[in-house]
Amino acid sequence: MFDYETLKIIWWLLVGVLLVGFAIMDGHDMGVGTLLPFVGKSDLERRVIINTVGPHWDGNQVWFITGGGAIFAAWPLVYATAFSGFYWAMLAVLWALFFRPVGFDYRSKINDPRWRSTWDWGLFIGGAVPPLIFGVAFGNLLQGVPFHFDDNMISYYTGTFWGLLNPFALLCGVVSTAMITFHGANYLAHRTEGDIQRRAITASTIFGLLLIVCFSLAGIWLVLGIDGYVITSAVDTGGMANPLAKTVARQAGAWLANYSREPLTILLPIIAYLGALAGILAVRSRHTLIAFVASALSLSGVIGTAGFSMYPFVMPSSSDLNSSLTVWDGVSSHLTLSIMFWATLILMPMIVIYTSWAYRVMSGKVTASYVKQNDHAAY
Amino acid sequence: MVSESLVDLSRLQFAATAMYHFLFVPLTLGMTWILVIMESVYVMTGKTIYKDMTRFWGKLFGINFALGVTTGITLEFQFGTNWAYYSHYVGDIFGAPLALEGMMAFFLESTFIGLFFFGWDRLSRQRHLLVTLLMAIGTNLSALWILIANGWMQNPVGAEFNYVTMRMELTDFWAVVFNPDAQAKFVHTVSAGYDTGAMFVLSISAWYLLRGRDLEFAKRSFRIAAAFGLASVASVIVLGDESGYTVGEAQQTKLAAMEAMWETEPAPAGLNLIALPNEAEMKNDFEIKIPWVMGLIGTRSISKQIPGIIEIKEKNRERIINGIQSVKLLEALRKDQSNADLKARFDVRKDDLGFGLLLKKYTADVAQATPEMIEKAVNDTVPRVSPMFWSFRLMVGFGFAMLALFGFAAWYSVQGSFASRRWLLRWALWFLPIPWMSCELGWFVAEYGRQPWTVFGVLPTHLSVSTLSVNSLYGSIAGFVGFYTILLIVEMFLMVKFVRQGPGSLGTGRYANEPAHA
Repeated sequence: MFDYETLKIIWWLLVGVLLVGFAIMDGHDMGVGTLLPFVGKSDLERRVIINTVGPHWDGNQVWFITGGGAIFAAWPLVYATAFSGFYWAMLAVLWALFFRPVGFDYRSKINDPRWRSTWDWGLFIGGAVPPLIFGVAFGNLLQGVPFHFDDNMISYYTGTFWGLLNPFALLCGVVSTAMITFHGANYLAHRTEGDIQRRAITASTIFGLLLIVCFSLAGIWLVLGIDGYVITSAVDTGGMANPLAKTVARQAGAWLANYSREPLTILLPIIAYLGALAGILAVRSRHTLIAFVASALSLSGVIGTAGFSMYPFVMPSSSDLNSSLTVWDGVSSHLTLSIMFWATLILMPMIVIYTSWAYRVMSGKVTASYVKQNDHAAY
Repeated sequence: MVSESLVDLSRLQFAATAMYHFLFVPLTLGMTWILVIMESVYVMTGKTIYKDMTRFWGKLFGINFALGVTTGITLEFQFGTNWAYYSHYVGDIFGAPLALEGMMAFFLESTFIGLFFFGWDRLSRQRHLLVTLLMAIGTNLSALWILIANGWMQNPVGAEFNYVTMRMELTDFWAVVFNPDAQAKFVHTVSAGYDTGAMFVLSISAWYLLRGRDLEFAKRSFRIAAAFGLASVASVIVLGDESGYTVGEAQQTKLAAMEAMWETEPAPAGLNLIALPNEAEMKNDFEIKIPWVMGLIGTRSISKQIPGIIEIKEKNRERIINGIQSVKLLEALRKDQSNADLKARFDVRKDDLGFGLLLKKYTADVAQATPEMIEKAVNDTVPRVSPMFWSFRLMVGFGFAMLALFGFAAWYSVQGSFASRRWLLRWALWFLPIPWMSCELGWFVAEYGRQPWTVFGVLPTHLSVSTLSVNSLYGSIAGFVGFYTILLIVEMFLMVKFVRQGPGSLGTGRYANEPAHA
């Protein structure tokens, strides 16, 4: 139906949509997890906080699983190279996520302060570590990652785990954590009242401002100090996916070139800023739903900015430039992209519809009296 | 060349994480339907006890489900972290069912499980039942897609090698979906899950009956479990994936190994009930054989032959020797991609490429392979017979023992006298671990039996791994096993606590052991 080149671009957009979906949906419950030990002062308050996401965290986490599956299906080389290269970072994400299902489900099943506090910190780790690491990973992608392919397309990652933790990448990690926590705080403000809501609003302001400051710093750093990558050979954009068929050079300012080519895309960072500002202002005037939408827009802007700056690169190689993976050559075959596109087109709206229904069924403020009344059934 | 210990450790990690995961999956598969049945009775009769049953067994289901999710996250990403070359080489085909599993199954299951637990007061009875049903459908769809993916590893249909991209690429999506191997696996695996759920409810209900507590609750649960269990275990046995064993060559190899069939016998072959396989001399030191049965089970006919191990190895020797040429042609073609003559010659031989790659375990340059290396590679093509033979027999034995148990349980349920037959209740109680052991044995037979391949005939296991350091693997295995073991202990602790407390843990005031209100 679509030619190969178009599908490659569509899949770049779709992976972006899935990442944004993950950040909006799983992001808000991770943000709530991060805030849990600080915003909830008593066991009852913490149970209120947990129950705002109790019925939804599991469905939201599927955005992460499906994101992984979609990258596997659409960009198998990226899936293979990135996850094996970032081995320990990836394991840290998985292990942090292990705390969530058990934390949510087991915490309130035993009435013991030490038991419950242990799981609260588990939920904090499960909420804070994944966004931090994803941000760090993005920071490294923007700088390029040391890997190469041999003749048989076996990938070799030549960096170290500690090399991932460079200052620019850590700054990107802070951007990511700040935006997810900001978003979670807005959600929490929407679903709670009283003291918890007040503290959530304070948290929203702090992390919203942190997002604006760190996003700006990262932007300045990127403009002044980070070289981008460009393809220097002719590329057969509709051709078979072979990363070794092109040549690549590193170039100062290359990550900004897309914005002058497509001036409208400057809206991406602008949305990131405006969303953050609007979110802070809206939540302070108790327009909590608007605040939630605003932070969702803001994080879409942040992710869009990072992704679009690199386009058409997905995973540039710093040690063997030609091995870099791009939208054109890190992808699946025409047939697979086509089938998965139609499947996504049909299934994604259904997912959005029944997820919205689930949120509507559970809508309204979660209160202390709700938790007390449902002592044996609630989290 | 890839280090052997890296390959072994990667396999160990995958086996460990997958087997941990499968401690939780079968119970989830079975319990979702049992919950649907109980809640349907509640909606139809309006009797509160069925609502309580749904909620109490649902609570235990939830404790199990949490670890199913935890251990499941790993599996979605482990192909990338530890099996990078595999992911590249077959991701074009294998990734699709995984992504579809997420979009079609996990979202459904995970969204509605939240409403299952939290929606009781916010949904009408009918709507809540619909939620439970959708959760069950989601759970079972996830099994369908992952077994389509696994079935493709056993019988790789609908795909072709592309020398430019250096990987397998999809040619026929529906062939992958309707792969007979995958369909047989799906039915067999979900039935085993249903059986596990039934045993769980049956055993725990039997324990309450033995203790003489919560009798009405336990009796009703026991009956449902007995009926559902009998149907499931019959389905596991009748629709066992032996029906798929004539389909692909992978399954033929597996069949020969697990039946210790060294020679090809005239059809229909006999079944070795008991044997002492001798790997070195390729014969059985001792065997008790039932004539005809193997041929009937394996081919559903009396005239088709089932190849023995010796014949399979001889065929594989030819394919490995041909495969050497395939690898050489591919290497030449990779350097000179537009050479039409090379391409034509490679196309003729590319079906044996995977067999040529088997030699990469012994030499980086396949063209230099010695006769000894070829001999070793030939021997690699059939998994070790004894572990296959005994695992399979143990699994089947457990299956028939469970059939007997569920048969009696269902029979005496109909008679109405099960609650007073303490031998039956004790039998049910002691059989609690059996379905889990059968499931793990089944997976062992399926996956160990596919060695030396990750994708049969296409990609050898030793080439499939990520280029990681051995130390990374030691670290991650220790992390996974340690983490999972702690979580498993916590889970068992909670499970036992709530089983002991029984339906009283719902706090409704209708049962024994009501908790003190906080």
